[in-house]
Amino acid sequence: MTPTAATTTTMTSPAPARDRVLVEARAIRKVFDLGSHFLERTRREVKALNDVSITIRRGESFCLVGESGCGKSTLARVMMGLLPPSSGEVHFDGTRIDGLRHKARKPFHRRMQMIFQNPYASLNPRRTVQQTLEEPLRFHRPDLSDAEVKAKVEAVMVSVGNDPSWGTRYPHEFSGGQRQRISIARALMVDPEFVVADEPISALDVSIQAQVLNVMMDARDQRDLTYLFITHDLSVVRHFGTRVGVMYLGSLCELAETKTLFANPRHPYTRLLLSAIPRVSTEEMKPPGLPGEVPSAMNLPSGCVFHDRCPLAEARCSVDVPAPLPQDDGTLVACHAVEEGRG
Amino acid sequence: MPLLDVRDLRVEFPTRHGVLTALHDVDFTVDRGERLGIVGESGAGKSVAAFAILNLISRPGHIAGGSILFEGQNLTRLSIHQMRRVRGNRISMIFQDPMMTLNPVLTIGTQMVETLKAHRKIGDAEARRIAATRLGEVKIPSPDKRLDSYPHELSGGMRQRVVIAIALLTEPALIIADEPTTALDVTIQAEIMSLMLDLCKTHGVGLILITHDLAVVSQVTQRVVVLYAGRVVETGKTARVVQDPVHPYTRGLLAALPGEGTAGARLNQIRGSMPPLTAVPAGCPFHPRCDHVQDSCRAALPALEDLDGHRVRCTRARDLASGVAA
Repeated sequence: MTPTAATTTTMTSPAPARDRVLVEARAIRKVFDLGSHFLERTRREVKALNDVSITIRRGESFCLVGESGCGKSTLARVMMGLLPPSSGEVHFDGTRIDGLRHKARKPFHRRMQMIFQNPYASLNPRRTVQQTLEEPLRFHRPDLSDAEVKAKVEAVMVSVGNDPSWGTRYPHEFSGGQRQRISIARALMVDPEFVVADEPISALDVSIQAQVLNVMMDARDQRDLTYLFITHDLSVVRHFGTRVGVMYLGSLCELAETKTLFANPRHPYTRLLLSAIPRVSTEEMKPPGLPGEVPSAMNLPSGCVFHDRCPLAEARCSVDVPAPLPQDDGTLVACHAVEEGRG
Repeated sequence: MPLLDVRDLRVEFPTRHGVLTALHDVDFTVDRGERLGIVGESGAGKSVAAFAILNLISRPGHIAGGSILFEGQNLTRLSIHQMRRVRGNRISMIFQDPMMTLNPVLTIGTQMVETLKAHRKIGDAEARRIAATRLGEVKIPSPDKRLDSYPHELSGGMRQRVVIAIALLTEPALIIADEPTTALDVTIQAEIMSLMLDLCKTHGVGLILITHDLAVVSQVTQRVVVLYAGRVVETGKTARVVQDPVHPYTRGLLAALPGEGTAGARLNQIRGSMPPLTAVPAGCPFHPRCDHVQDSCRAALPALEDLDGHRVRCTRARDLASGVAA
């Protein structure tokens, strides 16, 4: 992606070039310690992330896809600073932010915001919409006057298609789609540069999903937002994403431009996922190419985490962990079979 | 004669704020071995329809009108005792969350044997043998061993397979599945749905599939009923409804799906949201959200218009179907 004339001229200094890396996760590992049974010597642990690296460039809508338990939400939480990584580094706009003390971190919190899956759980039921929306602004911008805060709340509400008169009402008075638009407004209150959306439309009805996706896309265009969008729904990825990372059991299998991934999926797991997308069609449903289910992250398979389900697996796959290797078109694929040309 | 014939079904819930009508004059039929989809958004009345068939509407809600004919009996008139012989025996139900359906403190075998013995006079050994056969049919590896497992020892997909095996135990004529794969991952969803499709065909069982997912409905069912605010708005052969929808709501739902052609563009959204049952607008319940609205839509509820077998509740159904009002 090259910076267009329009974006470079309207930007104030220092000019954030479009292809500059905004957020980077380097070799993140995250292990959750479950403690040990009193009769056992070994400690039980869940290896939620195993050496995952991604970079997100300014202006991108980066999507993370995978099935439940693949670590996509954990990675997002580590990048947001809601969870400390067990090892690895998180960089935001050139500064390492994991491990920063609270005060040093505060300016970064303003620049990165999050939208959660369930708008019934993520809005405080005892606060009016106005109180919910004012809070982040009063915390991060104590210099603003009451009138300025009110004006800002109204402007953001209008920009996401909400009626500003909702302010005096409570979350229970709204439908799921309306609540999710309030959550989006809350995230946008402090003018963030980076927004993490964790399954923001999964809990909504079909006709409402389109509304919320449109609001998120409008916000991206108006505010030059960078998104990390987490979803299990590949048809949403194809619609929304610029680049996609496919995760399986805490490892990154494939990372590609959205168009490339759908046109030419390389990792066997990506192919399985693509084959399972339900489509509106008159053909009868067929079972996906590979049977079986995701193993437990408490007991990871050796070598490649996908080898015990993979049709291309050979002896090497159960021993060596494949590294994400760049292909001709820049796609990263972590698969021995692809590397050896067997894919 | 169809296996199940639901006519003019009306379900009401009395509340402090007056009587809410969750289903208005709903008609549909299921033939022997036929697969019917019921689609709609949350609150449209899909689950209420399923619960009404099994007489499971919780008090003070009740069936206020209409009839449900199943294998020649009117289910709305059966006593509690007679209904028990139908429910879980001739009609089985599969719910969304298998962890809520299965009893966590009993083994799978105990639960399966219990179900069989409730409906048939057979011994434990015979019941266990049937249970193991059914587990094998839903492709659970080493079924004999699995009978002694507890639900928490199985993954979500395996649990839903067990639930399907239990639904098949008594060789029912009809299975009602309420969002059976919504809680599961996509790859597991595809496996479970294609398994259900296979089993319905091989056993000749009728299926009512309740879901919000038009893609799943299109690939599994033969006919479909689209519900909106407690009314049937469109019904017909599934292939025709998904390829050639007529009602503006069905068209809107299908157009709102992100697909290959939409990448990067705005999605076609239906404006607003479905009204709560306390505030269903007069006339056509969809009119405030409809792009084709006319004065007549606000005045009176349109009847179900029959376009050779494809029925649509819209005053402009014929215009829309012929492309006059595009």
